[in-house]
Amino acid sequence: MKELKIQPIKDGTVIDHITPGKALTVLKILGTTGEEGDSVISVAINVSGKSGKKDIVKIENRELDPKEVDKIALVAPNATINIIRNYEVAEKHRVSVPDEIIGIVECSNPNCISNTNEPVETKFIVKSRHPLRIRCYYCEREPEDIPSHIR
Amino acid sequence: MNFKGRDVISIKDFSKEEILHVLDVAEKMLPIAEGRKKSEMLRGSIMSSLFFEPSTRTRLSFEAAMKRLGGDVIGFARPGTTSIQKGETMADTIRTAESYCDVIVMRHPHEGSARMAAEFATVPIINGGDGAGHHPTQCLLDLFTIQREKGSIEGNRVALLGDLKYGRTVHSLSYALSLFGVDMVFIAPPELQMPHEVVEECEELGAHISTATTLEGLEDIDVLYVTRIQKERFPDPEEYNRVAGIYRIDAHTLSEAKEGMIVMHPLPRVNEISPDVDRTPHAAYFRQAFNGVPVRMALLSLVLGATA
Repeated sequence: MKELKIQPIKDGTVIDHITPGKALTVLKILGTTGEEGDSVISVAINVSGKSGKKDIVKIENRELDPKEVDKIALVAPNATINIIRNYEVAEKHRVSVPDEIIGIVECSNPNCISNTNEPVETKFIVKSRHPLRIRCYYCEREPEDIPSHIR
Repeated sequence: MNFKGRDVISIKDFSKEEILHVLDVAEKMLPIAEGRKKSEMLRGSIMSSLFFEPSTRTRLSFEAAMKRLGGDVIGFARPGTTSIQKGETMADTIRTAESYCDVIVMRHPHEGSARMAAEFATVPIINGGDGAGHHPTQCLLDLFTIQREKGSIEGNRVALLGDLKYGRTVHSLSYALSLFGVDMVFIAPPELQMPHEVVEECEELGAHISTATTLEGLEDIDVLYVTRIQKERFPDPEEYNRVAGIYRIDAHTLSEAKEGMIVMHPLPRVNEISPDVDRTPHAAYFRQAFNGVPVRMALLSLVLGATA
């Protein structure tokens, strides 16, 4: 008999096909610590799937908005987002790294104008998706460790 | 080729053809830049000169360029005399200044500042240096100098000497020279070599690059571009003194050089070029500093839509 590792949820979001080992980073990106509400959060790391290992995150009673989805794409480019309503998958889409990343990543250059008190959002141009390379629109520096610069 | 209303932020925003067009217009500006001919081409136009950081040549030559063309200049040379001192943002300063003028020339200590200013301003922004980022008008005047002194940009062997790691001038210039397929020698101590990505980019554009740590083979060089080695980059002052001494150019060093070889320097120099070089025909750096005027006249007239 098959054992169901992750129970279905009534309402909320299931993030599937997360790059193995990145589930906790995804939660960090979403700003989810568990302290901000009483929704139940389940995390599964290194689950065996059809195409190798993956991570899964389930967040009950919260539907992710597109900006949050873009953030996830930076560390889990193959993730899928399933919006669950009354136990049914109401919406399903795959995250994708946009051509421009605005207001999500901080520039790694401390002397960049985007790291000052000027009224601008950070902006990065995506140079390549595999591997992910982004370049600051303002100072043109490419951060090496992108996840560590996510706001 | 229409430049009206265009921002000048990085040399990478220009194609080879556009660069050549700017240099052609600069050539036509020479009699006006030298004061031999009067012009009212930009009469009624106002340039804001916003220098959030010190400058001698860039600021003075931009202001001279505007005035030689009959235009007016407003602005500041020190942010300490403005509301920036009270905490006003650069964005608000730009939005205010643009309502008083037709074009803004700015220098700012933060990388990316000119690109950001261009997002707030509807008038053209000309970047006069953004931190360690870009200085496109310096690059254009360097190219103009090589063209005037050597007859063309192509066909020269150019040595870039000194601080190639941190120097914004040499990054832009090596990129632009690569567009012209120029052979280059990068001469720097191991700590200050040209960044790998700059070398790769030049090679992708078709430039032939070689690197060295000492100044050798001067007899094969057509243009020797010297930059200041910045003392503050070295943790050990002894190390700086050793390296700085190696690259000191004097009249004796140049005895092996070709007759027509020119020495360029973006200035200010400290001690990397001895004053005795000034008296040799190789010294092109003061003519290079003058060339900032016709090149900046060309850019101002182009972005303001005036015709020569």
